[in-house]
Amino acid sequence: MLHPLHSVAAGTRTVLGISFFVLFVAFWAWITLGGHVNRIFLADPLSMLKDGWRLLVEDRFWLDILITIWRVFGGFVLASIVAVPIGIAMGAWKPVEAFLEPFVSFARYLPASAFIPLLILWAGIGELEKLLVIFVGSVFQIILIVAVKVGATRRDLVEAAYTLGATDNGIVKRVIMPANAPEIAETLRLVLGWAWTYVIVAELIGSSSGIGYMIINSQSRLATGQIIFGIIVIGLIGLLSDFAFKALNRWLYPWSLA
Amino acid sequence: MSKLQIEGVSRTFAGVGGGEPVQALQPVDLAVAANDFITILGPSGCGKSTLLRIVAGLEAPSTGRVLLDGKAVTRPGPDRGMVFQSYTLFPWLTVAENIGFGLREQGRPERERNEVVASYIDLVGLRGFENYWPKQLSGGMQQRTAIARALANDPEILLLDEPFGALDNQTRGLMQELLLGIWERRKKTVLFVTHDIEEAIFMASRVIVMSARPGRIKSDVPVDLPHPRHYTLKTSPEFSVLKAQLTEDIRIEAMRTAQGQSVGA
Repeated sequence: MLHPLHSVAAGTRTVLGISFFVLFVAFWAWITLGGHVNRIFLADPLSMLKDGWRLLVEDRFWLDILITIWRVFGGFVLASIVAVPIGIAMGAWKPVEAFLEPFVSFARYLPASAFIPLLILWAGIGELEKLLVIFVGSVFQIILIVAVKVGATRRDLVEAAYTLGATDNGIVKRVIMPANAPEIAETLRLVLGWAWTYVIVAELIGSSSGIGYMIINSQSRLATGQIIFGIIVIGLIGLLSDFAFKALNRWLYPWSLA
Repeated sequence: MSKLQIEGVSRTFAGVGGGEPVQALQPVDLAVAANDFITILGPSGCGKSTLLRIVAGLEAPSTGRVLLDGKAVTRPGPDRGMVFQSYTLFPWLTVAENIGFGLREQGRPERERNEVVASYIDLVGLRGFENYWPKQLSGGMQQRTAIARALANDPEILLLDEPFGALDNQTRGLMQELLLGIWERRKKTVLFVTHDIEEAIFMASRVIVMSARPGRIKSDVPVDLPHPRHYTLKTSPEFSVLKAQLTEDIRIEAMRTAQGQSVGA
């Protein structure tokens, strides 16, 4: 029945994927509704949905969702604009890499969340601080991954371009950049996923809006249904943005899949 | 004056991890006349690809120099078109854009580019595939595109590094006829590296046989078979005589390579 690395039919794959969700929710319902855990610590699925609906309708939770989305994308776009050109420069020109790589490698291990107190001192508790947390958390990661991908550009393509009369400038613009564009887009998709964790941390501290704020606020009222609803919303938005990113990449770079 | 002049070109690679430097190529002298089709035949690792890469300007010789039309080669350029053994079409460009890449890099206007590209698409028989991505093509079609891409710059010399090495036998035979047909019609100076004896004879007006590593020119065999050549030539008596002679030459070198490896290991 189970052979290593054997493919699975599309229909079976969908059924299997959905059934785990069903099992998971069923287990959750069984331990909560069946009275196996204290309701104070874990809400059951039904009251989670009820709490969620009330949040959206009465507490205008959709405004918090929009604010969080704006923070993630704002910080992420800023980080991408700065990091992608630096990463390409590091990958393409070895002296630039020698100059920046040691520092970037060090900076990438600085935890973004540890910067929050400092960023609050510098930028207050407004939007700028939230954007900066995501920026700090993403920028060094993007630089390093892009630099590695660009550095691994196929040498035979570069050599072929030289024999066709390309200049050094032409090599960077018309070989290195298009050759790595899909990989860079994949990198951004990956880092966007991480940016979602930074935004919630940023909103847990010194914030008065956003999904993270709602979650920390619900904790003090033991509203576990709301907390779980907030977490699920984050998961769903992350999943949606991932799908959108994938679709965009497929549309932009049809040659990489053909 | 010869078109291409190789004067005392040798290549020594630095030893790996502080080891002894490795000589890949002993000093080589070779003069190539205009519109000659030269094949360089040798066992693997004999430095024949290194020699070609030095002519292309992709590697610098340790000694000696390469002159093209009397001018020293220092770096790669569009006057020396190259076709590689690996598939080196730019995957993000269509067949037509790949063929037009060199002209674009040299800033030729789009109208002129399109005309040239269309003529080379016809030349290599890829009409109807202009807008395909390289990934959608067979290996033979990719190498046809690569040949057209190199020729579209109208180079002084065409360099080919085992271009059909990765193709199956039947496709390889067809590609040989296609390339030879282009050469017979258009006339071009060609340097073609291969380890396939039949291919070396069938394509060439002159076969240069190289020795085992460190490579040097072992023999220089003119091929006076008439043009246009048809694949049936490969079974003719004249062809067989040449093949027997070169097989003997190459066999000795291949044995030396094999022995060298067993001693080294």
